Amino acid sequence: MNSRRLFYLLPVIVFGVLCAFLLRGLSLDPSTVPTALADKQVPVFDLPPLDSQTKGLASSDLVGEVALVNVFASWCLPCRVEHPFLMELADNGAFALHGVNYKDKPEDARAWLDELGDPFLRIGADQDGRAGIDLGVYGVPETFVIDRAGRIRYKHVGPITQSDLEKYLLPLIRKLSR
Amino acid sequence: MIVEIGHIALIMALIVALVQATIPMIGAARGDGRLMAVASTAAGAQWVFIVIAFLSLMNAYVTSDFSVFNVASNSHSAKPMLYKIAGVWGNHEGSLVLWVLILATFGGAIVLFGGNLPPALRARVLSVQALIAVGFLSFSLFTSNPFERVFPAPLDGNGLNPLLQDPGLAFHPPFLYLGYVGFSVAFAFAIAALIEGRVDAAWARWVRPWTLIAWSFLTIGIALGSWWAYYELGWGGWWYWDPVENASFMPWLAGTALLHSAIVCEKRDALKAWTVLLAIVAFSLSLLGTFLVRSGVLTSVHAFATDPARGVFILGFLIFVVGGSLTLFAVRAPLLKAGGLFAPVSREGGIVLNNLLFSTAAATVLLGTLYPLFIDALGAGKVSVGPPYFNTVFIPLMAPLIVLAGIAPMLAWKRADLTGVIARIKIVAAVTVLVLLWSVYRAWGNAVFGAFGIGLSAWLASSVLFDWAVRIRLFRVSALDSLQRAIRIPRAAYGMSLAHFGVALLVAGVTASSAWRTEAIQVMRQGETISVAGFEFLFHGVVRAEGPNYTADRGHFTVTRAGGLVAELWPENRFYPVQQQPTTEAAIHTTWLSDLYVVVGDPDGQGGWSTRVYYNPLVPWIWLGAMVMALGGAVSLSDRRHRVGAPNRRRRRLMAGEPAAEVAR
Amino acid sequence: MTRKKRRLYTLIGAMVLLSAATALVIGAFRDNLVFFFSPTEVAEKGIEVGQRIRMGGLVEEDSVIRDADGLTVHFRLTDLSHTIMVTYRGILPSLFREGQGVIVQGQLDAPTHFIADEIMAKHDENYMPPEVAEALKKSGQWKGGNE
Repeated sequence: MNSRRLFYLLPVIVFGVLCAFLLRGLSLDPSTVPTALADKQVPVFDLPPLDSQTKGLASSDLVGEVALVNVFASWCLPCRVEHPFLMELADNGAFALHGVNYKDKPEDARAWLDELGDPFLRIGADQDGRAGIDLGVYGVPETFVIDRAGRIRYKHVGPITQSDLEKYLLPLIRKLSR
Repeated sequence: MIVEIGHIALIMALIVALVQATIPMIGAARGDGRLMAVASTAAGAQWVFIVIAFLSLMNAYVTSDFSVFNVASNSHSAKPMLYKIAGVWGNHEGSLVLWVLILATFGGAIVLFGGNLPPALRARVLSVQALIAVGFLSFSLFTSNPFERVFPAPLDGNGLNPLLQDPGLAFHPPFLYLGYVGFSVAFAFAIAALIEGRVDAAWARWVRPWTLIAWSFLTIGIALGSWWAYYELGWGGWWYWDPVENASFMPWLAGTALLHSAIVCEKRDALKAWTVLLAIVAFSLSLLGTFLVRSGVLTSVHAFATDPARGVFILGFLIFVVGGSLTLFAVRAPLLKAGGLFAPVSREGGIVLNNLLFSTAAATVLLGTLYPLFIDALGAGKVSVGPPYFNTVFIPLMAPLIVLAGIAPMLAWKRADLTGVIARIKIVAAVTVLVLLWSVYRAWGNAVFGAFGIGLSAWLASSVLFDWAVRIRLFRVSALDSLQRAIRIPRAAYGMSLAHFGVALLVAGVTASSAWRTEAIQVMRQGETISVAGFEFLFHGVVRAEGPNYTADRGHFTVTRAGGLVAELWPENRFYPVQQQPTTEAAIHTTWLSDLYVVVGDPDGQGGWSTRVYYNPLVPWIWLGAMVMALGGAVSLSDRRHRVGAPNRRRRRLMAGEPAAEVAR
Repeated sequence: MTRKKRRLYTLIGAMVLLSAATALVIGAFRDNLVFFFSPTEVAEKGIEVGQRIRMGGLVEEDSVIRDADGLTVHFRLTDLSHTIMVTYRGILPSLFREGQGVIVQGQLDAPTHFIADEIMAKHDENYMPPEVAEALKKSGQWKGGNE
């Protein structure tokens, strides 16, 4: 009789195991793209300025201080969301904030910056997306944290939110600035 | 304003569902008729509220009210009206409203047609239904509110994914949900029966029509999805074993098993615990499918935009509903009294084997679908399980099932004479062998697999026809007498024959289109021809065309065979400016026996276009077969014995005591 | 036929079927599992030539070359540390573009040359996670459409 009971228990046991995996699966992202460049030197690039009002961005500009490089575009909706955070970060003294304007028309980007404000020290215009490829940009927005030696230490995919800022970006920047 | 009414209606529906989930359950436990009666009123009210909610959301779509976030992100003013309406369920939030609408409709149907159910059973069934509704309504309201406003309202919306702007896909989700949600009725009956501790023939008789409805709709839903994939994805295939496809296929497999085991439960009072388990599993797999599609655990081209918070919610709900019901099963099922005995060779024996094969098939599909997740969760790398796995495992499981389907309907209940049956089906065997030889002769190259499949199809089809001929004593008595006999055969039997015949068509279509399809890829210039399977495709070039919300490069082909005109085909490459997304529209010429399928790809920059041409033999039979199967379900459902509902318990018991009267099904 | 005997038959039947199915599944998994690798892993792990794999990365800009037949396409697939040459014959998916992420399925025919028989392209230049949609609603920035 006992073994027969066990038989009836089987479905719920199988389901339990299944749920353990499903729960684990929720915290995994099947589409994560590994950052191939993590802890590697920033690839060499030299981007022209967006327009006469900004300075261009080259890989050599990223050596010597901790820098945040934000890839943005005026056609990108989520970029609008993170822009206020970037404005807050603009004059902090702890690190330099640079922008890469990705596959965008200069005049559109200018209008966008005029409307929302320009938090960047330097803006490189990457009209054909080539530097984006070198940097391993999969989409916009993306933000790179680069240390004093010019190595990529972290890549944030998607717009920066308050919690991303507090949990990952600021602690890392503090560590790197020490 | 209408939008707010919809939102309030949805909240009201949740409150009503909460009442419906608790009060009647208490009433049934106490034997209090007044508390139990709450169930019917509540089910009606819940339905009305959800209809209001659904209509107000649809109104927002039809009038392009972009102040509703859901409309703004999924619709566009330039979209054709059909897709404005279909857009309601073309996204996660809206599809949930459709889901609860169907759930409430089934609840209302139980009230409407369940007049002869014992009050306690009815109260419990409606309670369980309401419990599921509570889960989905709170899921909708708390994590995916479709009525959220956006301020200021955007000038125009984001549009619907162009791949989804298609008539086949517009009706695919409603049918699919009618199937998924339909299994919730069988599930609710199973839970109610476990609580009552009683499963008998009458119970099975109530469950079967609901399962039949759900199964027929799910069959149509899956067929529509597959048809869409066939002509919209432009690869000429009709089934990709994609996780989302599998998510709908697993409940179908379990539901098919349930459909058969419920017959044994009804006619022979056996397989009770197993039938209850299948009812739970069929609905659980529907819920699992929902989880997989909406949580982002697996990647798929069809999946909705994903959100971990939603995944956690559905998983919690899944654990509660499925874990709870399986625990209830573990506790209560051993108490169910075992029913009638039968020999291994008997109708029951055949259905047991059918059930074993179907459940094994469902388990292998589940395993294959979740395997990448298992490997990933164990940190062993990223893998994908593709069609080869499923084909290798699935075909050997399905082949014996089809052989079985040819014999089992001729077996008697309880104890059958296998040698007698085999002796009887000489004609069927002869037809099968002839067709087998013919197909080997026709296609020597891929003969083994192809001939085998066609042979199976011929076996099943001819056994269905043979069985029918024997019953009406065709050619043995006068034609008029045969006709009278044919009229007297119960519709349920016709339903089964039709469904099995549909399977035979499907098998033939699947086999022929996989084994004997020919394709050609070539860069073509204006005036060039390409030849496939004896058809000449003359290319007239590509012109630019304008659609309502897209632009298209439209190719033009004239198809001839031996000089005679067969068809004019216009495949398109569309571009939807709102979403900045291209789609491929294949041009298909369908005849009863084959499809000619043309796709135009990219220009090569020198006046040529890469084109792909397929000759798909018997491919229309796949969907024809599925429709015949669903039709079989409908015919069976129209049987007087199902329609009238269940007779009272005493009469049932009397009939169950006389199996001889039931031999003719 | 006693109840016990019937149960025994059912059990034996189920066992036979189950073991047959298990054998099938194990066999099918061994032959048909397709592992996913990045170009770096392909370069460093030494994947066997002829083994069916999937590989994901970006199509390098300006690397797409078409043969004279108009159907055979060569391009470089990169994850930015390593690059693998890919050859594919057939119609490219409509979302295939230079600079975009793609997944190719097929096999290596030399350590750095991949023959693809299937290419899957995805379309996500614009990240839009739900929190963002949420924030957009709140800030009133929702304009809709990709200009």
